[in-house]
Amino acid sequence: MLTLTLNHFLVLGAILFCVGLYGALAKGHAVAVLMGIELMLNSVNITLVGFARFLAPDQLLGQVFAVFVITAAAAEAAVGLAIVLVVYRQRRTVNVEEVDLLKW
Amino acid sequence: MENIFLANAWLILALPFAAFLGIVAFTLGHKRLSGYLTIAGVGGAFLVSVGVLAAVTAGGSVHLSFPWYVLGETHFELGLLIDPLTAIMLIVVTGVSLVVQIYSQGYMHGDPGYSRYFAFMALFTTSMLGLVLAPNFLQLYIFWELVGLCSYLLIGFWYRKPEAAAAAKKAFITTRLGDLGLLIGILLLYWNTGTFSFGGIAQVIAGHTLPEGLITTAAVLVFCGAVGKSAQFPLHVWLPDAMEGPTPVSALIHAATMVAAGVYLVARVFEIFSASPTAMLVVAVIGAITAFLAASMGLVMTDIKRVMAYSTISQLGYMMLALGVGSYLGGVTHLANHAFFKALLFLGAGSVIHATGAQDMDEFSGLGSKMKITAGTLLVGSLSLAGIFPFSGFWSKDEILAGALQRTDNPLLVFLGLVGVLVAGMTAFYIARMWLRTFTGEFRTPAPAGAHGGGHGSHEGHGSVHESPWVMTVPLIALAIPALLSGLLGSDLTGQWYGHFLEGAEFHPESLNPLVAGGSTIVTLGGLFLAWATYSKKWISAPAVQRQFSGVHRWLVNKYYLDDLYLWLIRRVVIGGSDAFQWFDLHIVDGVVNGVGRTLAATGSALREFQTGRVQNYGLAFFGGVVIVVVFTVFLR
Repeated sequence: MLTLTLNHFLVLGAILFCVGLYGALAKGHAVAVLMGIELMLNSVNITLVGFARFLAPDQLLGQVFAVFVITAAAAEAAVGLAIVLVVYRQRRTVNVEEVDLLKW
Repeated sequence: MENIFLANAWLILALPFAAFLGIVAFTLGHKRLSGYLTIAGVGGAFLVSVGVLAAVTAGGSVHLSFPWYVLGETHFELGLLIDPLTAIMLIVVTGVSLVVQIYSQGYMHGDPGYSRYFAFMALFTTSMLGLVLAPNFLQLYIFWELVGLCSYLLIGFWYRKPEAAAAAKKAFITTRLGDLGLLIGILLLYWNTGTFSFGGIAQVIAGHTLPEGLITTAAVLVFCGAVGKSAQFPLHVWLPDAMEGPTPVSALIHAATMVAAGVYLVARVFEIFSASPTAMLVVAVIGAITAFLAASMGLVMTDIKRVMAYSTISQLGYMMLALGVGSYLGGVTHLANHAFFKALLFLGAGSVIHATGAQDMDEFSGLGSKMKITAGTLLVGSLSLAGIFPFSGFWSKDEILAGALQRTDNPLLVFLGLVGVLVAGMTAFYIARMWLRTFTGEFRTPAPAGAHGGGHGSHEGHGSVHESPWVMTVPLIALAIPALLSGLLGSDLTGQWYGHFLEGAEFHPESLNPLVAGGSTIVTLGGLFLAWATYSKKWISAPAVQRQFSGVHRWLVNKYYLDDLYLWLIRRVVIGGSDAFQWFDLHIVDGVVNGVGRTLAATGSALREFQTGRVQNYGLAFFGGVVIVVVFTVFLR
């Protein structure tokens, strides 16, 4: 019988984070990038909750942090999608490879 | 200061300057009035100068100075200094200037720049008077440079003529070269004595606290300024070219004002020079070299004004020689006498040029019968220059030669004296040649077609040579009187007045040295006789002699190739050096600056490739950095 330990949570968080990072850095589509960022945030939530459950089970600190992160993530997704929409209207593309105005 | 003239000596400076201002401000359009204004200004200064001379003879003097500018411990002062030397110079400057101004009315008649001419002349006279009246080096230097400026303006008066413009520049730049030495000398003296004033410096030097090497250096540097202004070898080259100016200007510059400034300067600070035998020797040697070289060149010149020019240089060399051998009296008296007879010679030459419209003695001869007054006064001037008894030149020249030949303590100085005697013979020859070729022989004037009127826009009919108008002849006569008589002031007839006046109690009257006087007179008469035999009697054929010594002749006509040497030096050394420096500036200095810029720009270009503008690349770099930091902090601790 497998018992869940803190390590399982941390490894899951790390895997999710790496997947999200890959999505955020390597995907061309802007929405996919946003989804990658979402994954990274959620991986952080998992580690927070994991730490909270195993290290200080009676204080609910990690859970409160996770709720805040979810809130921030929702706001970030709303702003991010709005930006994607505006970029699409302006440039008829949502490919981040082609949006390079930060150059020079 | 109770004497009215001494109390108002500042008028000497103020009157000509007022004339200058008046012309510039009001009378530029009224030609006659401009002329009268300058004559009035200079004439007024002359009258005051006469009064000052009388007062100084009676024992008066002026030592006036007031602070001009105070900078911490440093006081710059202006003022007036009137002593016997100044008094004589005042008479010479204002006297000659006055006569030249009157003469100019005739010579410059009808010139479009008439008013401008008189304005410059007034300013020139002012500058020279300021120089003479200066009690300290600083004020002297200010007026010294003003004299240089005015010479530039007047030599280049006919500035549309390229030669005149070039001559003006040459005069200005050449004398500036010497002035640099003067300025350094002044600063050196100030640095070591703490004062600019002549009296103060003389006091310090009399205290024997300064090392002799320093005094020598300072004296030679000051002498550099005199070499430039007084056209001494090797900076004499500007003076012959300065003949491009109007002839009265030449008379003023080359007789009483500019060239006299150098001799005056050495005489004024004679205490500095006499404290250093080396510096005295330098002055004497330069003077003798100048006297000889210039006289030898004067032998072959055919342009009547150039003969005068070289004669001036030669005589200035004489004065320097006199000062160098310690004959202060000889130098100053020759300066005064020379001012009168040389002004006379120049104005006479101007009269000839005015009448014939030519300057080259090949183009005219036998003018004597047509221009009796000019011929007669020029004869007086010539004999005075040659140094024939009892004309004024004789007395001062004799003083100089005696001064040099008596210096038996130094054989070199005696040798220089003998050179002086030789130069006396050459002088007699070239001036007699000038007179004989111009006024005797077959009557000849330049063909009317050849109307190259010496640049002075001749307005006379060339065919009818006649005597110049009275405004020109009266000045000639007026100058002939001092040319004839001023020397007597140094003779026994007046109890050697010059000596008593200039040297005061220190003067030891010496009667004429018969050996020196006789010897130099014989040499002079020899020179006169040779000229007479060659150009009047034609016993000696000038062209034959010229062929015989064609090599020497070529050297002389080409002015010892000194001008060419200087041009070569300027082209090679100055311009070549400038080119080298320009190369250095363009390639090394600019290279370093531009190199720094280019390196930065290239680095930037290379680095900007990293700025792709893609957020994902930045993110990758950011996380890559995080990974590296983590690896270092966690695993490689």
